[in-house]
Amino acid sequence: MKQVILLSILFLFLLTGCTGQTETVPGSSEPGSAEYIENKGSDTIVNLALAWAERYQQVNPSVRISVTGGGSGTGITALISGTVDIANASRQIKPEELEAARAAGYDPREFVIARDAIAIIVHPDNPINNLTLQQLSLIYRGEITNWSELGGEDREIVRLSRETNSGTHVYFLESVIRMGNAEDDAIFSADTLLLPSSEGIIAEVKDNPNAIGYDSLGYVTEDVKMVGVSSLENPDQFILPSIDTVSNNTYLISRNLYMYTLDQPEGIVKTYLDWIFSPEAQEIVRGLGFIPAVTE
Amino acid sequence: MRKQEKKGDLVINSVIRITGYSSILFVVLILFFLLREGLPALSSTPLSAIFSTRWYPIEGYYGILPLILGSLLITIASTLIALPFGIGTAVFLSEIAPPWLRDILKPIIEILAGIPSVVLGFIGILVFAPFFRNFLDIPTGLTAFTGAILLALISIPTIVSVAEDALNTVPNSYRQASLALGATQWQTIWDVTLPAAKTGVLTAVMLGIGRSLGETMAVMMVTGNAPVMPLQLNSLFRPVRTMTATIASEMGEVASGSQHYQVLFFIGITLFLLSLVINITASLVSTKARQRSERLLS
Repeated sequence: MKQVILLSILFLFLLTGCTGQTETVPGSSEPGSAEYIENKGSDTIVNLALAWAERYQQVNPSVRISVTGGGSGTGITALISGTVDIANASRQIKPEELEAARAAGYDPREFVIARDAIAIIVHPDNPINNLTLQQLSLIYRGEITNWSELGGEDREIVRLSRETNSGTHVYFLESVIRMGNAEDDAIFSADTLLLPSSEGIIAEVKDNPNAIGYDSLGYVTEDVKMVGVSSLENPDQFILPSIDTVSNNTYLISRNLYMYTLDQPEGIVKTYLDWIFSPEAQEIVRGLGFIPAVTE
Repeated sequence: MRKQEKKGDLVINSVIRITGYSSILFVVLILFFLLREGLPALSSTPLSAIFSTRWYPIEGYYGILPLILGSLLITIASTLIALPFGIGTAVFLSEIAPPWLRDILKPIIEILAGIPSVVLGFIGILVFAPFFRNFLDIPTGLTAFTGAILLALISIPTIVSVAEDALNTVPNSYRQASLALGATQWQTIWDVTLPAAKTGVLTAVMLGIGRSLGETMAVMMVTGNAPVMPLQLNSLFRPVRTMTATIASEMGEVASGSQHYQVLFFIGITLFLLSLVINITASLVSTKARQRSERLLS
């Protein structure tokens, strides 16, 4: 019994020792402490956000920015649950997500930080150079299943897509498969391969002459071939994605890239977002193959 | 002095007892959590919708049949591949290989067990998938078959080490008796040693199956994740989507408590039940085998 009492006294001492120490820590380290910004979301934006964060930390060494990917949905979910300061999204926030944020007592703010083109990619040996939006829609609905139906070789079409938590996936569903028609409830053909990463899509398209995929222009490498896309109005005019064709709105499959904050940004988050719209930061956008949101 | 020893024993005993009970507690807690999060799916989604054939959660299609069948297809195929290799290797190591060779092979197999599944998945994407696409002349190499091969690689070390341990526990007198009766080495292995170690070998196989069913990362990387119903003859050589890959790739995006979240947990319950069935079958089979051998001995 005596031992037990001794032990508990010792334990109490240990506890008080601990609390005493933690109390002193914040006070002693306050002057040199770094301020943190947590930034999470779209895999499309992650490289851009990393490049921004690196440059910004060089200019402002007192700010630490941690950037993670995971998908637009993942970022917005994290924003609503309060674990990140800024969510990156390659699609607009959904009504139900906005509702969830409002229910949690927040008023999310949206910033268009850059624009992006979705390139349609095939194997370099694939003779197909151009596709209409209609043909793309039929391919991904599963109604065109062989390249010969499009004037190509007699090969089965292997459709590649990002996973459903990707903003690119949702954008592609709405703008390409449904061709912007909100009433349309067509979805991806069930045998569409859902790959977990952009790199996975590039790797498979690079290797497989049967494959067709889509990816953000910034991620497209030299090893795959981009396909020209035409609109319904001008079926003969096929446009390849580039910074110019997106800026002058001739390339169809392009979209805004967003950052979301929980409320009106304040403090370091506000300074960081202001910096993102500066010419210096927007030049980084161009360097990574995206299209600047601010054009002078 | 003596009293103190007893006291020490008491402390150690109770610590061991607590750790023992805690594993039961953990299982119960996990089950409780799964049921709490997953069962509401049954009220938010009708059973006919859950057991339908289309999985596309962002548009409200919650059919988990293609996922269940995808998991089963890959698990069965990988077991069929891993079984002969795993048991064969175990028999070779325990019965045939000279001691020096065993000393080399055993650590190598243990290294195979230690390779992270992500690394195997990476090799799968870069090497296996292109190879099978060309070799089998199929549209894409990201198929159930590629996944099954990777899963076989992952489960073989488990099967080998457990089965080899089981074979090693067979008393040497059995083998000597069999050989003395004029049986060849092969007859001894097939008719005496393997049946005597049946319980352990079956456990090895069941552990291997469990390993295949639960594996996520490698499968997600190489099977293409297309939620098709694998009912055609060539389904093994087409993409499939497994339950584990679905949970892993979608759990991060869903809002906690949403219908999609509940259905993902329901998939978790299904997975839990499947591995429970496998474990129960394993223990039933092994107790039956034991009873039979006890009868024979008496």
